[in-house]
Amino acid sequence: MIEVILSDRCNACGLCVKACPMNVLDQVFNGTPEIARREDCQSCFMCELYCKEDAIYVAPDCDRRVAVDERQLRASGLLGQFRRDSGWDEWADTHENKHHLMEQVFARAAVAQAAFKHAVDEGKT
Amino acid sequence: MNDRETLSTDVLVIGGGLAGTWAAIAAARKGAAVVLADKGYCGTSGVAATSGPGHWWVAPEQREAAIDKREALSRFGLAERKWMHRIMAETWEQLPTLEGYYGFHSEADGSKYYRGLRGPEYLRALRRQCVDLGVRILDQSPAVELLRHTDGAVAGARLYQRQAHRQLEVRAAGVILATGGTTFLSGLLGSHTNTGDGHLMAAELGAAFSGMEFSSLYCVAQAHTSITRTMIYTFADYFDADGRELDISFFEPHMDRRLAAELLKGPVYCSLRRVPEDIRRDLASISPNVPVSFARRGTDPYRERFEITLHAEGTIRGIGGICIVGAQCETGVPGLYATGDVATRERVAGAISGGGAINAAWALSSGCWSGRAVAQLAKTQGRRDREPVHGSARSGLGGAGRAQISAHEAVAAVQAEILPYDKNIFRTGPKLRDSLDQLERTWTALGAGIAGPDIQKNREAAALTATARWCYRAALDREESRGQQQRVDFPETNPAFASRLLVGGLEQLWTRLEKEAVHD
Repeated sequence: MIEVILSDRCNACGLCVKACPMNVLDQVFNGTPEIARREDCQSCFMCELYCKEDAIYVAPDCDRRVAVDERQLRASGLLGQFRRDSGWDEWADTHENKHHLMEQVFARAAVAQAAFKHAVDEGKT
Repeated sequence: MNDRETLSTDVLVIGGGLAGTWAAIAAARKGAAVVLADKGYCGTSGVAATSGPGHWWVAPEQREAAIDKREALSRFGLAERKWMHRIMAETWEQLPTLEGYYGFHSEADGSKYYRGLRGPEYLRALRRQCVDLGVRILDQSPAVELLRHTDGAVAGARLYQRQAHRQLEVRAAGVILATGGTTFLSGLLGSHTNTGDGHLMAAELGAAFSGMEFSSLYCVAQAHTSITRTMIYTFADYFDADGRELDISFFEPHMDRRLAAELLKGPVYCSLRRVPEDIRRDLASISPNVPVSFARRGTDPYRERFEITLHAEGTIRGIGGICIVGAQCETGVPGLYATGDVATRERVAGAISGGGAINAAWALSSGCWSGRAVAQLAKTQGRRDREPVHGSARSGLGGAGRAQISAHEAVAAVQAEILPYDKNIFRTGPKLRDSLDQLERTWTALGAGIAGPDIQKNREAAALTATARWCYRAALDREESRGQQQRVDFPETNPAFASRLLVGGLEQLWTRLEKEAVHD
């Protein structure tokens, strides 16, 4: 669930409020959005992708709250990781979208599994 | 509510995921005026936006063989070769039209890789294409109910713009439902916008459903997370609480049933130690949300065992949905069309999951067909926007003085029947009957009135309850095992059931086998 929006990073653009598919946030005039309905958050990280200021931290925990220490969080390198690895905005030239490799991964796993099965059948493991 | 705003258009699309955006694009390319209403945000809503849809992408000369292979895999009937050809042809034609909107990868031989797209970038591309074509997108605008003409044809929809806190009536020549399937809020990644809203609205206008019994798949994720991204689990090894390795592989049929059986005994742990080094390095560039989640949990999945869970996929990777009665995805209600996961996918997937590839090709294709059909309808018949219209919602409107239940309680009651592995995966007649009794009670309580003013949540509760009833009633009446539907008490496939099973009704449920068994 979304845990925190860092108000010193937030530029009050309102894009996270609009982009959240679950309508978790409320716009605050000229201010940091309020996490108004945290219980509706589906932990999809989409708000982070649309936040160019990397002000939002979503914990992957979807069924429980997680304590977040803001100082540790700032030092952790986790803020903005999703947007960077997705190659959005300023990361477009340095972080290539390699989604096209996905089906090769599935194929390699199938081959590895078949080889493993074969070895088991032959009594080699 | 008297001063409700109104809007008139040719085509109204409800839902802005894959099917909805493709429908809007196809209609706009035909010159129609299009309004697309998304409950959340067109670009992040729905299950495609958080995943990476691959499409069934087959060159024309290889399509017969691809269908043969698919039919050998499923062997359970219910699909039709003609429809499989149609989605392959439509997908082949349409995906390259996103050139300039999506950064398609160039292969070594100079060709483009069109068939697999990463969700957030794919939906962003579709949204931009919609905007450039003049589609009017209404974000954060859940549909509350469909509007109907006196003759029974659909006339538009009433929306609740939840951030502006106002109601909006959209009148249109035709309405395309693209609201997705539902997981009953199971935790499956990106699925919580999808609560069966379209199912309920269609039923209130008299539409029926098909294939709802095929709704028992589950997907693996790290415990306490929603990251149901399966690619990396192709290399998974599983262990029980005593550290004994379980003989469960990603590539065996019904592997989710095997995992569920273990989870009913105790916690299950996963190791990804077999993932090759180069794939570990590339994972953040293929599926960025996967390593993000592990890092934030402090889990090194390649070196330590981590606990897993299963999230229900409901009717999403399941197969059932609104019954399709014509080639353009007509529902039988004049002017109302069903696309993507809110429609039944049996014609292209049969009784086993279409997985990503077939379902994505279906979403794209069904969207395009219905988009063009409604654009044509607007030309020939006009908008009829001066005729009187009526609301159609019957349940979940709240406001009753003697409310017996809240939306939250109703959803919890539905989940208690439809999410547990022992009830949904290991189905038996007595268990299904017990669950149907419970769901019936919830439905009746909802009918008496819902406590709470949130019209969206109230309607969602009604939609989830109705959809769960159709799923289990169909599962009860299909007294056999076929593909995804597995009955512990009827383990064999029965030729008498080699047909699609229709289900419907709001107060009184009914089922009926389609008359002819489906054979090509």
